[in-house]
Amino acid sequence: MNGGHDLGGMMGFGALAPERDEPVFHTDWERRACAVTVAAGACGLWSLDESRSVRENQPPGQYLAKTYYDVWITALEKLVVAHGMVSAEELASGRPLAMPQPPPRQVTPARIAEGIAKGTRYDRPPAAAAAFAVGAPVRARIINPAGHTRLPRYARGRQGEVTAVRGAFVFPDANAHARGENPQWLYTVRFSARELWGPEGDAHSTVTIDAFEPYLEPA
Amino acid sequence: MSDDHDHSELTEVAARVRALETLLTEKGYIDPAALDAIVETYETKIGPRNGARVVARAWVDPAYRERLRADATQAIAELGYGGRQGEHMAAVENGPGVHNVVVCTLCSCYPWPVLGVPPVWYKSHAYRSRAVIEPRAVLAEFGVTLPEDTEVRVWDSTAEMRYLVIPERPRGTQGWSEERLAGLVTRDSMIGTGLALPAEAAPSGAAGAAL
Repeated sequence: MNGGHDLGGMMGFGALAPERDEPVFHTDWERRACAVTVAAGACGLWSLDESRSVRENQPPGQYLAKTYYDVWITALEKLVVAHGMVSAEELASGRPLAMPQPPPRQVTPARIAEGIAKGTRYDRPPAAAAAFAVGAPVRARIINPAGHTRLPRYARGRQGEVTAVRGAFVFPDANAHARGENPQWLYTVRFSARELWGPEGDAHSTVTIDAFEPYLEPA
Repeated sequence: MSDDHDHSELTEVAARVRALETLLTEKGYIDPAALDAIVETYETKIGPRNGARVVARAWVDPAYRERLRADATQAIAELGYGGRQGEHMAAVENGPGVHNVVVCTLCSCYPWPVLGVPPVWYKSHAYRSRAVIEPRAVLAEFGVTLPEDTEVRVWDSTAEMRYLVIPERPRGTQGWSEERLAGLVTRDSMIGTGLALPAEAAPSGAAGAAL
């Protein structure tokens, strides 16, 4: 979706404000928000793609007004209700009203340690040969899907060059919406800054994105 | 709570976080100790010192650098790092005339096993919007000014590839141990918004002094 999350090239957010010796978390609620999001994800009821999709699927003004972990928590509230872990009434009261039957397989410290150490691979066996090779000129398609996509708006319609073929990967546009993993070839595509931004673009800069095959056409 | 002094909006979020935590633990989905384990992991175990070891190894060992180019995920795993949000790694090398910088314009993708939890600025709207359209201006705000003809390569992490910048090795560090070199590798130098520290910045009396 053309949401408030798709920020590349937007203006008006001001200067960077890097903080010296920044703590990992600034407040206890942020510490707990990160932990509860990671742990809830480890329950395995939704994918990272669905989680990203829910985070970005809100009015742009709301997305942009929220702090980072508030975006996470707002999405987690929607996910736990959508997947039947918590009812809307429970969320409103903060108290459990019914226990899940059968009892869920609990996320334990051991499962967390294993999940962090192993991660979740997203590469898959390809269903067909890759359409593009390194060096191929390609154009990012002009698409405007209503659902989740990982093709940023600033690249759509622009011509670039394939600089790496990464293999076939879970396709977020499908996986975010329970349409299966539908693995697609993933390419690293390099664009010149002038191609993306016109005369304001830097003469000696490039931007690369990682683009799934359905995002690209031959140029 | 530690954020009682914050304004009411943050207090409201804190209450919502607490409600989620209470519900998911009391309903049996999550062992409360698992939440503590996550916090402890990212506050004390996984952070940019991991990435600094990868960079230092690449600086001293040309064969390792080659392996990093060929399969960064595997090469990083040699040092014991990998897993969540680092399943598919690529290393991008700075060199004469080339400077790399990493961003995620769509969310906050970041190589957690080697750099830890991303800093606030990396997740900020300002960085996500500006890094792709005016990278030199962004770098200048971090104190990095590059020659005009240096190519700036911006890597927008739009899929599950995660990028680690290998900064240039500072001059005057010939013969240094990996451990001492790693002390020059900052988090920002591995994102590309910084450079490795100059040799003079190394802590005096560090173990593994010049041979």
